Amino acid sequence: MNTPSTFPLVLGLDTFGDVTSDADGHPLSHAQTIRDIVEQGVLADSVGVDYFGIGEHHTDDFPLSAADVVLGAIAARTQKIRLGSAVTVLSSDDPVRVFQRYSTLDAISGGRAEVILGRGSSVDSFPLFGYNLSDYEELFEEKTNLFAELLKGSPVTWQGRTRAALTNQDVVPHTEHGPFPTWIGVGGSPQSVVRAARYGFSLMLAIIGGSPARFAPFAGLFHEALEHFGRPLLPIGVHSPGHIAGTDEQAQAEFWPRYLEVISHVSKTRGFAVPSKASFDHEIGPEGALYVGSPETVAQKIAANLPALGANRFDLKYAMGGLSQEKLMTNIELYGTQVIPRVRELLG
Amino acid sequence: MASTTQISPARPRIAVLGAGHVGTAFARVAVDAGYDVSIAASGDPERIALIAQILTPGAAPRWAVDAVTASDIVVLAIPLHRFAAFDPSLVRGKIVIDLMNYWAPIDGVQTMFEDPRYGSSEIVQHRLADSTVVKAFNHIGYHELESERREPGSPDRRALGVASDDPAALDTVATLVDRIGYDVIRLDSLRAGRVFEPGGPVFGVLVNYEEFEDAVERRVAA
Repeated sequence: MNTPSTFPLVLGLDTFGDVTSDADGHPLSHAQTIRDIVEQGVLADSVGVDYFGIGEHHTDDFPLSAADVVLGAIAARTQKIRLGSAVTVLSSDDPVRVFQRYSTLDAISGGRAEVILGRGSSVDSFPLFGYNLSDYEELFEEKTNLFAELLKGSPVTWQGRTRAALTNQDVVPHTEHGPFPTWIGVGGSPQSVVRAARYGFSLMLAIIGGSPARFAPFAGLFHEALEHFGRPLLPIGVHSPGHIAGTDEQAQAEFWPRYLEVISHVSKTRGFAVPSKASFDHEIGPEGALYVGSPETVAQKIAANLPALGANRFDLKYAMGGLSQEKLMTNIELYGTQVIPRVRELLG
Repeated sequence: MASTTQISPARPRIAVLGAGHVGTAFARVAVDAGYDVSIAASGDPERIALIAQILTPGAAPRWAVDAVTASDIVVLAIPLHRFAAFDPSLVRGKIVIDLMNYWAPIDGVQTMFEDPRYGSSEIVQHRLADSTVVKAFNHIGYHELESERREPGSPDRRALGVASDDPAALDTVATLVDRIGYDVIRLDSLRAGRVFEPGGPVFGVLVNYEEFEDAVERRVAA
Protein backbone atom coordinates (compact mmCIF):
# COMPACT_ATOMS: atom_id res chain seq x y z
CA MET A 1 0.00 0.00 0.00
CA ASN A 2 1.11 3.52 -0.76
CA THR A 3 1.62 5.09 2.64
CA PRO A 4 2.93 8.51 3.52
CA SER A 5 6.27 6.85 4.14
CA THR A 6 6.56 5.62 0.55
CA PHE A 7 6.59 9.19 -0.72
CA PRO A 8 7.24 12.42 1.15
CA LEU A 9 4.17 13.94 2.78
CA VAL A 10 3.00 16.96 0.75
CA LEU A 11 0.51 19.47 2.16
CA GLY A 12 -0.73 22.10 -0.25
CA LEU A 13 -3.44 24.66 -0.92
CA ASP A 14 -5.70 25.06 -3.93
CA THR A 15 -7.95 27.92 -4.98
CA PHE A 16 -10.43 28.27 -7.82
CA GLY A 17 -9.96 32.03 -7.74
CA ASP A 18 -13.28 32.58 -5.99
CA VAL A 19 -14.19 36.27 -5.93
CA THR A 20 -13.48 37.62 -2.45
CA SER A 21 -15.46 40.29 -0.57
CA ASP A 22 -14.47 43.47 1.18
CA ALA A 23 -15.04 43.96 4.92
CA ASP A 24 -18.69 44.89 4.27
CA GLY A 25 -19.36 41.76 2.27
CA HIS A 26 -19.37 43.41 -1.17
CA PRO A 27 -17.69 41.42 -3.95
CA LEU A 28 -14.32 42.78 -5.04
CA SER A 29 -13.39 43.29 -8.68
CA HIS A 30 -11.84 40.47 -10.71
CA ALA A 31 -8.60 42.46 -10.84
CA GLN A 32 -8.44 42.90 -7.05
CA THR A 33 -9.34 39.23 -6.50
CA ILE A 34 -6.42 38.22 -8.73
CA ARG A 35 -3.97 40.56 -6.99
CA ASP A 36 -5.15 39.13 -3.67
CA ILE A 37 -4.44 35.60 -4.89
CA VAL A 38 -0.85 36.58 -5.62
CA GLU A 39 -0.55 37.74 -2.00
CA GLN A 40 -2.12 34.48 -0.81
CA GLY A 41 0.46 32.48 -2.76
CA VAL A 42 3.32 34.54 -1.34
CA LEU A 43 2.01 34.05 2.20
CA ALA A 44 1.59 30.32 1.63
CA ASP A 45 5.30 30.11 0.72
CA SER A 46 6.38 32.08 3.77
CA VAL A 47 4.44 29.85 6.21
CA GLY A 48 5.79 26.61 4.77
CA VAL A 49 2.96 25.34 2.56
CA ASP A 50 4.34 22.78 0.07
CA TYR A 51 2.15 23.51 -2.95
CA PHE A 52 -0.07 26.30 -4.26
CA GLY A 53 -2.51 25.31 -7.00
CA ILE A 54 -4.98 27.33 -9.05
CA GLY A 55 -7.98 25.72 -10.72
CA GLU A 56 -8.94 27.08 -14.12
CA HIS A 57 -12.45 28.57 -14.22
CA HIS A 58 -14.18 30.95 -16.59
CA THR A 59 -17.12 32.50 -14.75
CA ASP A 60 -17.97 35.80 -13.12
CA ASP A 61 -17.64 34.31 -9.64
CA PHE A 62 -14.45 32.35 -10.50
CA PRO A 63 -12.50 34.67 -12.83
CA LEU A 64 -9.24 32.69 -12.74
CA SER A 65 -9.02 31.74 -16.41
CA ALA A 66 -5.27 32.25 -16.83
CA ALA A 67 -3.88 30.45 -13.79
CA ASP A 68 -0.34 30.18 -15.16
CA VAL A 69 0.04 33.98 -15.39
CA VAL A 70 -0.88 34.33 -11.71
CA LEU A 71 1.45 31.46 -10.83
CA GLY A 72 4.26 33.25 -12.70
CA ALA A 73 3.75 36.31 -10.52
CA ILE A 74 3.83 34.17 -7.39
CA ALA A 75 6.91 32.33 -8.66
CA ALA A 76 8.81 35.60 -8.97
CA ARG A 77 8.20 36.40 -5.29
CA THR A 78 8.68 32.99 -3.68
CA GLN A 79 11.53 30.55 -3.08
CA LYS A 80 10.34 27.16 -2.07
CA ILE A 81 6.66 26.49 -2.68
CA ARG A 82 5.72 24.31 -5.65
CA LEU A 83 3.28 25.92 -8.06
CA GLY A 84 0.75 24.42 -10.43
CA SER A 85 -2.77 23.99 -11.67
CA ALA A 86 -5.69 22.41 -9.84
CA VAL A 87 -6.83 21.62 -12.50
CA THR A 88 -5.98 22.53 -16.08
CA VAL A 89 -8.97 21.62 -18.24
CA LEU A 90 -6.85 19.87 -20.85
CA SER A 91 -9.85 18.69 -22.92
CA SER A 92 -10.57 22.26 -24.06
CA ASP A 93 -6.97 23.46 -24.19
CA ASP A 94 -4.07 22.86 -26.55
CA PRO A 95 -1.57 20.44 -24.97
CA VAL A 96 1.29 22.21 -26.76
CA ARG A 97 0.32 25.53 -25.16
CA VAL A 98 -0.20 23.94 -21.75
CA PHE A 99 3.25 22.41 -21.98
CA GLN A 100 4.75 25.74 -23.08
CA ARG A 101 3.05 27.73 -20.33
CA TYR A 102 4.05 25.33 -17.55
CA SER A 103 7.58 24.79 -18.83
CA THR A 104 7.85 28.59 -18.80
CA LEU A 105 6.57 28.59 -15.21
CA ASP A 106 9.11 25.86 -14.47
CA ALA A 107 11.85 28.16 -15.82
CA ILE A 108 10.68 31.23 -13.86
CA SER A 109 10.32 29.27 -10.63
CA GLY A 110 13.54 27.32 -10.92
CA GLY A 111 11.89 23.92 -11.36
CA ARG A 112 8.87 24.29 -9.08
CA ALA A 113 6.10 23.79 -11.67
CA GLU A 114 3.54 20.99 -11.68
CA VAL A 115 0.40 20.32 -13.67
CA ILE A 116 -2.81 18.60 -12.64
CA LEU A 117 -4.76 17.67 -15.75
CA GLY A 118 -8.54 17.40 -15.68
CA ARG A 119 -11.12 16.13 -18.11
CA GLY A 120 -13.95 18.57 -17.64
CA SER A 121 -14.61 19.89 -14.16
CA SER A 122 -15.18 23.42 -15.42
CA VAL A 123 -17.63 22.85 -18.24
CA ASP A 124 -17.70 26.54 -19.16
CA SER A 125 -14.45 26.22 -21.10
CA PHE A 126 -15.96 23.93 -23.75
CA PRO A 127 -18.34 26.37 -25.48
CA LEU A 128 -15.89 29.22 -24.83
CA PHE A 129 -13.18 27.55 -26.90
CA GLY A 130 -15.49 25.94 -29.44
CA TYR A 131 -15.54 22.38 -28.14
CA ASN A 132 -18.52 20.10 -27.78
CA LEU A 133 -18.96 18.89 -24.23
CA SER A 134 -20.15 15.52 -25.55
CA ASP A 135 -16.64 14.92 -26.90
CA TYR A 136 -14.86 15.37 -23.56
CA GLU A 137 -13.80 11.75 -23.28
CA GLU A 138 -12.12 11.56 -26.68
CA LEU A 139 -10.65 15.05 -26.28
CA PHE A 140 -9.12 14.19 -22.93
CA GLU A 141 -7.75 10.84 -24.02
CA GLU A 142 -6.05 12.24 -27.13
CA LYS A 143 -4.75 15.35 -25.45
CA THR A 144 -3.39 13.40 -22.50
CA ASN A 145 -1.62 11.19 -24.99
CA LEU A 146 -0.04 14.22 -26.69
CA PHE A 147 0.85 15.80 -23.35
CA ALA A 148 2.69 12.62 -22.33
CA GLU A 149 4.67 12.81 -25.61
CA LEU A 150 5.51 16.48 -25.04
CA LEU A 151 6.83 15.70 -21.54
CA LYS A 152 9.33 13.24 -23.01
CA GLY A 153 11.02 16.23 -24.66
CA SER A 154 11.56 17.36 -28.22
CA PRO A 155 11.44 16.50 -31.03
CA VAL A 156 7.79 15.45 -30.90
CA THR A 157 5.96 13.46 -33.53
CA TRP A 158 2.26 12.89 -32.96
CA GLN A 159 -1.00 12.65 -34.81
CA GLY A 160 -4.63 12.49 -33.77
CA ARG A 161 -8.10 13.74 -34.59
CA THR A 162 -8.47 16.64 -32.20
CA ARG A 163 -5.42 18.67 -33.14
CA ALA A 164 -3.01 19.27 -36.02
CA ALA A 165 -0.27 16.63 -36.28
CA LEU A 166 3.31 17.32 -35.19
CA THR A 167 6.31 15.98 -37.08
CA ASN A 168 9.74 16.16 -35.46
CA GLN A 169 8.57 19.35 -33.85
CA ASP A 170 10.80 21.20 -31.42
CA VAL A 171 8.50 22.49 -28.65
CA VAL A 172 10.06 25.16 -26.45
CA PRO A 173 11.05 26.10 -23.82
CA HIS A 174 12.85 22.86 -23.02
CA THR A 175 12.66 21.99 -19.34
CA GLU A 176 15.83 22.21 -17.32
CA HIS A 177 15.49 19.04 -15.28
CA GLY A 178 13.32 16.71 -17.35
CA PRO A 179 9.54 16.47 -17.19
CA PHE A 180 7.75 18.40 -14.45
CA PRO A 181 5.44 16.39 -12.18
CA THR A 182 2.11 15.71 -13.86
CA TRP A 183 -1.05 14.47 -12.19
CA ILE A 184 -4.48 13.55 -13.39
CA GLY A 185 -7.37 14.90 -11.34
CA VAL A 186 -10.11 12.30 -10.90
CA GLY A 187 -13.58 13.03 -9.58
CA GLY A 188 -15.00 9.53 -9.79
CA SER A 189 -14.21 8.08 -13.19
CA PRO A 190 -12.46 4.70 -12.99
CA GLN A 191 -11.27 5.12 -16.58
CA SER A 192 -9.40 8.26 -15.55
CA VAL A 193 -7.63 6.30 -12.80
CA VAL A 194 -6.49 3.70 -15.30
CA ARG A 195 -5.54 6.43 -17.76
CA ALA A 196 -3.28 8.10 -15.17
CA ALA A 197 -1.51 4.79 -14.59
CA ARG A 198 -1.18 4.09 -18.31
CA TYR A 199 0.66 7.38 -18.89
CA GLY A 200 2.61 7.23 -15.66
CA PHE A 201 0.96 10.29 -14.15
CA SER A 202 0.23 10.61 -10.46
CA LEU A 203 -3.33 10.43 -9.17
CA MET A 204 -5.14 13.36 -7.57
CA LEU A 205 -8.51 12.39 -6.10
CA ALA A 206 -10.97 15.29 -5.99
CA ILE A 207 -13.24 14.46 -3.05
CA ILE A 208 -15.75 17.27 -2.79
CA GLY A 209 -18.74 15.54 -1.23
CA GLY A 210 -19.65 12.35 0.59
CA SER A 211 -17.47 9.85 2.36
CA PRO A 212 -13.72 9.98 1.59
CA ALA A 213 -13.51 6.24 2.31
CA ARG A 214 -15.42 5.41 -0.85
CA PHE A 215 -12.36 6.53 -2.82
CA ALA A 216 -10.12 3.92 -1.18
CA PRO A 217 -10.75 1.34 -3.94
CA PHE A 218 -9.38 3.86 -6.44
CA ALA A 219 -5.98 3.65 -4.75
CA GLY A 220 -6.10 -0.12 -5.20
CA LEU A 221 -7.14 0.27 -8.82
CA PHE A 222 -4.32 2.76 -9.43
CA HIS A 223 -1.69 0.44 -7.95
CA GLU A 224 -3.00 -2.57 -9.83
CA ALA A 225 -3.05 -0.57 -13.07
CA LEU A 226 0.50 0.74 -12.53
CA GLU A 227 1.69 -2.83 -12.11
CA HIS A 228 -0.30 -3.91 -15.16
CA PHE A 229 1.41 -1.26 -17.29
CA GLY A 230 4.82 -2.05 -15.81
CA ARG A 231 5.23 1.32 -14.15
CA PRO A 232 6.79 2.13 -10.77
CA LEU A 233 4.64 3.16 -7.80
CA LEU A 234 3.47 6.78 -8.01
CA PRO A 235 2.06 9.23 -5.47
CA ILE A 236 -1.64 9.66 -4.72
CA GLY A 237 -3.08 12.97 -3.56
CA VAL A 238 -6.41 14.17 -2.20
CA HIS A 239 -8.06 17.51 -2.95
CA SER A 240 -10.96 18.59 -0.73
CA PRO A 241 -12.63 21.88 0.22
CA GLY A 242 -12.48 23.48 3.63
CA HIS A 243 -11.83 26.47 5.83
CA ILE A 244 -9.72 27.02 8.94
CA ALA A 245 -10.20 29.60 11.69
CA GLY A 246 -9.21 29.90 15.35
CA THR A 247 -12.00 27.66 16.62
CA ASP A 248 -14.44 25.13 15.14
CA GLU A 249 -17.35 27.46 15.86
CA GLN A 250 -15.70 30.40 14.14
CA ALA A 251 -14.65 28.38 11.09
CA GLN A 252 -18.18 26.98 10.68
CA ALA A 253 -19.82 30.37 11.19
CA GLU A 254 -17.59 31.92 8.53
CA PHE A 255 -17.78 29.09 6.03
CA TRP A 256 -21.40 27.85 6.16
CA PRO A 257 -23.19 30.96 4.80
CA ARG A 258 -20.69 31.23 1.95
CA TYR A 259 -20.89 27.51 1.18
CA LEU A 260 -24.69 27.65 1.17
CA GLU A 261 -24.68 30.59 -1.21
CA VAL A 262 -22.06 29.22 -3.59
CA ILE A 263 -23.45 25.67 -3.77
CA SER A 264 -27.03 26.97 -4.10
CA HIS A 265 -25.89 29.07 -7.03
CA VAL A 266 -23.98 26.20 -8.62
CA SER A 267 -26.96 23.88 -8.09
CA LYS A 268 -29.03 25.95 -10.51
CA THR A 269 -26.70 25.12 -13.37
CA ARG A 270 -25.34 21.74 -12.36
CA GLY A 271 -28.26 19.88 -10.83
CA PHE A 272 -26.75 19.58 -7.35
CA ALA A 273 -29.05 19.59 -4.36
CA VAL A 274 -29.04 22.73 -2.23
CA PRO A 275 -27.18 21.87 1.00
CA SER A 276 -29.01 21.86 4.33
CA LYS A 277 -27.46 22.56 7.72
CA ALA A 278 -27.83 18.83 8.43
CA SER A 279 -26.01 17.82 5.24
CA PHE A 280 -23.31 20.41 6.02
CA ASP A 281 -22.84 19.06 9.55
CA HIS A 282 -22.43 15.60 8.04
CA GLU A 283 -19.87 16.85 5.49
CA ILE A 284 -17.68 18.50 8.14
CA GLY A 285 -17.78 15.37 10.33
CA PRO A 286 -15.54 12.31 10.00
CA GLU A 287 -17.74 10.77 7.27
CA GLY A 288 -17.81 13.88 5.10
CA ALA A 289 -15.60 15.59 2.54
CA LEU A 290 -15.24 19.08 4.04
CA TYR A 291 -12.30 20.16 6.26
CA VAL A 292 -13.83 22.98 8.28
CA GLY A 293 -12.72 23.86 11.79
CA SER A 294 -9.85 24.72 14.08
CA PRO A 295 -6.30 23.74 13.08
CA GLU A 296 -6.51 20.69 15.35
CA THR A 297 -9.83 19.49 13.87
CA VAL A 298 -8.61 19.87 10.31
CA ALA A 299 -5.22 18.27 11.06
CA GLN A 300 -6.88 15.26 12.71
CA LYS A 301 -9.15 14.73 9.72
CA ILE A 302 -6.30 14.97 7.20
CA ALA A 303 -4.18 12.61 9.27
CA ALA A 304 -7.04 10.11 9.47
CA ASN A 305 -7.92 10.17 5.78
CA LEU A 306 -4.52 10.10 4.07
CA PRO A 307 -3.52 6.61 5.28
CA ALA A 308 -7.08 5.33 4.69
CA LEU A 309 -6.81 6.42 1.07
CA GLY A 310 -3.22 5.32 0.52
CA ALA A 311 -2.35 8.96 -0.16
CA ASN A 312 0.74 10.99 0.72
CA ARG A 313 -0.53 14.37 -0.36
CA PHE A 314 -3.40 16.63 0.69
CA ASP A 315 -4.39 19.87 -1.02
CA LEU A 316 -6.95 21.95 0.85
CA LYS A 317 -9.22 23.89 -1.48
CA TYR A 318 -9.62 27.05 0.60
CA ALA A 319 -11.35 30.33 -0.40
CA MET A 320 -15.06 29.71 -0.66
CA GLY A 321 -16.46 32.62 -2.67
CA GLY A 322 -17.42 35.70 -0.67
CA LEU A 323 -14.99 35.21 2.22
CA SER A 324 -12.82 38.24 2.87
CA GLN A 325 -9.13 38.48 2.02
CA GLU A 326 -8.38 38.82 5.72
CA LYS A 327 -10.11 35.51 6.54
CA LEU A 328 -8.34 33.77 3.68
CA MET A 329 -4.96 35.02 4.86
CA THR A 330 -5.75 33.78 8.38
CA ASN A 331 -6.76 30.43 6.92
CA ILE A 332 -3.45 30.17 5.03
CA GLU A 333 -1.40 31.19 8.02
CA LEU A 334 -3.11 28.68 10.33
CA TYR A 335 -2.70 25.96 7.71
CA GLY A 336 1.02 26.62 7.34
CA THR A 337 1.94 27.30 10.95
CA GLN A 338 -0.35 24.86 12.78
CA VAL A 339 -2.11 22.32 10.56
CA ILE A 340 0.94 21.24 8.55
CA PRO A 341 3.26 20.68 11.53
CA ARG A 342 0.45 18.87 13.38
CA VAL A 343 -0.30 16.53 10.46
CA ARG A 344 3.43 15.77 10.15
CA GLU A 345 3.50 15.00 13.85
CA LEU A 346 0.40 12.79 13.71
CA LEU A 347 1.68 10.83 10.72
CA GLY A 348 5.24 10.94 12.08
CA MET B 1 -43.34 -2.29 -25.57
CA ALA B 2 -42.74 -5.98 -24.92
CA SER B 3 -45.92 -7.32 -23.36
CA THR B 4 -44.43 -10.13 -21.32
CA THR B 5 -40.89 -10.33 -20.13
CA GLN B 6 -39.83 -13.71 -18.75
CA ILE B 7 -37.92 -13.35 -15.53
CA SER B 8 -36.06 -16.15 -13.83
CA PRO B 9 -37.90 -16.73 -10.57
CA ALA B 10 -35.33 -16.16 -7.82
CA ARG B 11 -33.07 -13.27 -8.65
CA PRO B 12 -33.10 -11.84 -12.14
CA ARG B 13 -29.70 -11.56 -13.78
CA ILE B 14 -28.44 -8.03 -14.31
CA ALA B 15 -26.29 -6.60 -17.09
CA VAL B 16 -24.79 -3.18 -16.36
CA LEU B 17 -23.93 -1.28 -19.52
CA GLY B 18 -21.31 1.29 -18.66
CA ALA B 19 -18.24 0.91 -16.44
CA GLY B 20 -17.90 4.54 -15.37
CA HIS B 21 -18.54 5.93 -11.91
CA VAL B 22 -22.26 5.16 -12.07
CA GLY B 23 -22.03 1.69 -13.63
CA THR B 24 -19.38 0.46 -11.21
CA ALA B 25 -21.24 1.80 -8.16
CA PHE B 26 -24.44 0.13 -9.34
CA ALA B 27 -22.71 -3.17 -10.07
CA ARG B 28 -21.23 -3.26 -6.56
CA VAL B 29 -24.52 -2.77 -4.75
CA ALA B 30 -26.28 -5.25 -7.04
CA VAL B 31 -23.61 -7.91 -6.31
CA ASP B 32 -23.97 -7.16 -2.59
CA ALA B 33 -27.73 -7.65 -2.92
CA GLY B 34 -27.10 -11.18 -4.17
CA TYR B 35 -27.73 -10.70 -7.87
CA ASP B 36 -25.83 -12.29 -10.73
CA VAL B 37 -24.21 -9.24 -12.34
CA SER B 38 -22.16 -8.71 -15.47
CA ILE B 39 -20.68 -5.41 -16.58
CA ALA B 40 -19.84 -4.16 -20.05
CA ALA B 41 -18.38 -1.05 -21.62
CA SER B 42 -18.15 -0.34 -25.32
CA GLY B 43 -15.85 -2.91 -26.90
CA ASP B 44 -13.55 -5.57 -25.55
CA PRO B 45 -14.15 -6.59 -21.89
CA GLU B 46 -10.37 -6.84 -21.54
CA ARG B 47 -10.38 -3.03 -21.45
CA ILE B 48 -12.38 -2.98 -18.23
CA ALA B 49 -10.91 -6.14 -16.69
CA LEU B 50 -8.84 -4.21 -14.13
CA ILE B 51 -11.71 -1.91 -13.23
CA ALA B 52 -14.05 -4.87 -12.76
CA GLN B 53 -11.50 -6.86 -10.76
CA ILE B 54 -10.82 -4.06 -8.28
CA LEU B 55 -14.00 -1.99 -8.22
CA THR B 56 -16.74 -4.52 -8.91
CA PRO B 57 -15.52 -7.88 -7.62
CA GLY B 58 -18.15 -10.49 -8.38
CA ALA B 59 -19.42 -8.75 -11.51
CA ALA B 60 -18.10 -10.42 -14.65
CA PRO B 61 -16.77 -8.17 -17.43
CA ARG B 62 -18.32 -9.20 -20.76
CA TRP B 63 -18.97 -7.96 -24.25
CA ALA B 64 -22.18 -5.91 -24.13
CA VAL B 65 -24.10 -8.32 -26.34
CA ASP B 66 -23.10 -11.33 -24.19
CA ALA B 67 -23.94 -9.52 -20.96
CA VAL B 68 -27.37 -8.51 -22.25
CA THR B 69 -28.19 -11.93 -23.74
CA ALA B 70 -27.53 -13.61 -20.39
CA SER B 71 -29.58 -11.08 -18.42
CA ASP B 72 -33.16 -10.25 -17.46
CA ILE B 73 -32.54 -6.65 -16.46
CA VAL B 74 -30.28 -4.22 -18.29
CA VAL B 75 -29.02 -1.16 -16.44
CA LEU B 76 -28.28 1.67 -18.82
CA ALA B 77 -25.38 3.50 -17.16
CA ILE B 78 -23.95 5.24 -20.21
CA PRO B 79 -23.49 9.00 -20.54
CA LEU B 80 -26.77 10.42 -21.78
CA HIS B 81 -25.12 12.05 -24.76
CA ARG B 82 -24.21 8.57 -26.03
CA PHE B 83 -27.81 7.38 -25.98
CA ALA B 84 -28.64 8.72 -29.44
CA ALA B 85 -26.09 6.27 -30.87
CA PHE B 86 -27.25 3.34 -28.69
CA ASP B 87 -28.67 0.40 -30.68
CA PRO B 88 -32.20 -0.39 -29.40
CA SER B 89 -32.07 -3.93 -30.78
CA LEU B 90 -29.36 -4.78 -28.23
CA VAL B 91 -31.89 -4.68 -25.37
CA ARG B 92 -35.00 -5.96 -27.18
CA GLY B 93 -37.35 -7.80 -24.83
CA LYS B 94 -35.46 -6.77 -21.69
CA ILE B 95 -36.38 -4.70 -18.69
CA VAL B 96 -34.20 -1.61 -18.98
CA ILE B 97 -33.47 0.47 -15.89
CA ASP B 98 -32.91 4.04 -17.01
CA LEU B 99 -30.88 5.87 -14.38
CA MET B 100 -29.75 8.62 -16.74
CA ASN B 101 -30.64 12.29 -16.35
CA TYR B 102 -30.80 15.07 -18.86
CA TRP B 103 -29.24 18.27 -17.66
CA ALA B 104 -28.28 20.47 -20.60
CA PRO B 105 -25.64 22.57 -18.77
CA ILE B 106 -23.70 19.35 -18.13
CA ASP B 107 -24.63 17.13 -21.09
CA GLY B 108 -24.74 19.89 -23.67
CA VAL B 109 -28.01 20.36 -25.56
CA GLN B 110 -29.23 16.94 -26.73
CA THR B 111 -31.89 17.52 -29.37
CA MET B 112 -33.57 14.17 -28.70
CA PHE B 113 -34.22 15.16 -25.08
CA GLU B 114 -35.35 18.71 -25.76
CA ASP B 115 -39.02 17.76 -26.29
CA PRO B 116 -40.93 19.50 -23.47
CA ARG B 117 -43.87 17.12 -23.82
CA TYR B 118 -41.95 14.20 -22.35
CA GLY B 119 -39.69 13.29 -19.47
CA SER B 120 -36.28 11.86 -20.34
CA SER B 121 -37.31 8.27 -19.51
CA GLU B 122 -40.38 8.56 -21.73
CA ILE B 123 -38.07 9.56 -24.55
CA VAL B 124 -35.83 6.59 -23.74
CA GLN B 125 -38.91 4.32 -23.81
CA HIS B 126 -40.02 5.70 -27.19
CA ARG B 127 -36.63 4.87 -28.63
CA LEU B 128 -36.37 1.46 -26.91
CA ALA B 129 -39.84 0.52 -28.14
CA ASP B 130 -39.27 -3.23 -27.79
CA SER B 131 -37.98 -3.01 -24.21
CA THR B 132 -39.72 -2.22 -20.92
CA VAL B 133 -38.20 0.91 -19.42
CA VAL B 134 -38.19 1.48 -15.67
CA LYS B 135 -37.04 4.82 -14.27
CA ALA B 136 -35.09 4.30 -11.04
CA PHE B 137 -31.87 5.26 -9.24
CA ASN B 138 -31.62 8.53 -11.18
CA HIS B 139 -32.25 10.87 -8.28
CA ILE B 140 -29.61 9.57 -5.86
CA GLY B 141 -25.93 10.38 -6.33
CA TYR B 142 -23.81 7.39 -7.32
CA HIS B 143 -21.57 8.07 -4.34
CA GLU B 144 -24.55 7.92 -1.98
CA LEU B 145 -26.01 4.77 -3.51
CA GLU B 146 -23.62 2.62 -1.46
CA SER B 147 -23.26 4.58 1.76
CA GLU B 148 -26.99 5.22 2.29
CA ARG B 149 -28.12 1.58 2.10
CA ARG B 150 -29.95 0.34 5.20
CA GLU B 151 -31.64 -2.84 6.37
CA PRO B 152 -35.44 -2.97 6.05
CA GLY B 153 -37.08 -1.31 9.03
CA SER B 154 -34.07 0.85 9.91
CA PRO B 155 -35.31 4.21 11.20
CA ASP B 156 -33.01 6.11 8.84
CA ARG B 157 -33.76 4.02 5.74
CA ARG B 158 -34.06 6.22 2.65
CA ALA B 159 -36.64 5.89 -0.13
CA LEU B 160 -36.02 5.69 -3.86
CA GLY B 161 -38.59 6.18 -6.59
CA VAL B 162 -39.42 3.56 -9.22
CA ALA B 163 -41.62 4.42 -12.19
CA SER B 164 -42.78 2.33 -15.12
CA ASP B 165 -45.76 1.85 -17.40
CA ASP B 166 -45.45 -1.93 -16.87
CA PRO B 167 -46.65 -3.25 -13.47
CA ALA B 168 -44.62 -6.49 -13.63
CA ALA B 169 -41.39 -4.68 -14.45
CA LEU B 170 -42.18 -2.18 -11.72
CA ASP B 171 -42.46 -5.07 -9.23
CA THR B 172 -39.19 -6.61 -10.35
CA VAL B 173 -37.23 -3.38 -10.00
CA ALA B 174 -38.99 -2.47 -6.74
CA THR B 175 -37.74 -5.76 -5.29
CA LEU B 176 -34.23 -4.95 -6.50
CA VAL B 177 -34.35 -1.50 -4.87
CA ASP B 178 -35.52 -3.02 -1.59
CA ARG B 179 -32.86 -5.75 -1.64
CA ILE B 180 -30.16 -3.15 -2.35
CA GLY B 181 -31.27 -1.28 0.76
CA TYR B 182 -33.97 1.32 0.14
CA ASP B 183 -37.69 1.74 0.65
CA VAL B 184 -39.64 2.06 -2.58
CA ILE B 185 -41.98 4.75 -3.81
CA ARG B 186 -43.88 3.32 -6.81
CA LEU B 187 -45.27 5.48 -9.55
CA ASP B 188 -47.29 3.69 -12.19
CA SER B 189 -46.11 5.55 -15.26
CA LEU B 190 -42.92 6.98 -16.69
CA ARG B 191 -44.87 10.19 -17.12
CA ALA B 192 -45.40 10.37 -13.37
CA GLY B 193 -41.71 9.55 -12.92
CA ARG B 194 -40.81 12.99 -14.20
CA VAL B 195 -41.06 14.05 -10.58
CA PHE B 196 -37.67 12.31 -10.00
CA GLU B 197 -35.91 14.47 -12.58
CA PRO B 198 -33.29 17.19 -11.98
CA GLY B 199 -34.91 20.27 -10.52
CA GLY B 200 -37.69 18.17 -8.97
CA PRO B 201 -38.36 17.83 -5.24
CA VAL B 202 -36.41 14.61 -4.61
CA PHE B 203 -33.49 15.02 -7.01
CA GLY B 204 -30.22 14.77 -5.12
CA VAL B 205 -32.04 14.98 -1.79
CA LEU B 206 -31.93 12.12 0.69
CA VAL B 207 -35.46 11.55 1.93
CA ASN B 208 -37.29 8.80 3.78
CA TYR B 209 -40.56 7.23 2.65
CA GLU B 210 -42.87 9.80 4.24
CA GLU B 211 -40.83 12.78 3.09
CA PHE B 212 -40.73 11.35 -0.42
CA GLU B 213 -44.50 10.81 -0.51
CA ASP B 214 -45.12 14.32 0.77
CA ALA B 215 -42.80 15.82 -1.81
CA VAL B 216 -44.42 13.92 -4.65
CA GLU B 217 -47.95 14.74 -3.48
CA ARG B 218 -47.11 18.40 -3.15
CA ARG B 219 -45.74 18.39 -6.68
CA VAL B 220 -48.79 16.60 -8.10
CA ALA B 221 -51.14 18.98 -6.28
CA ALA B 222 -49.27 22.05 -7.51
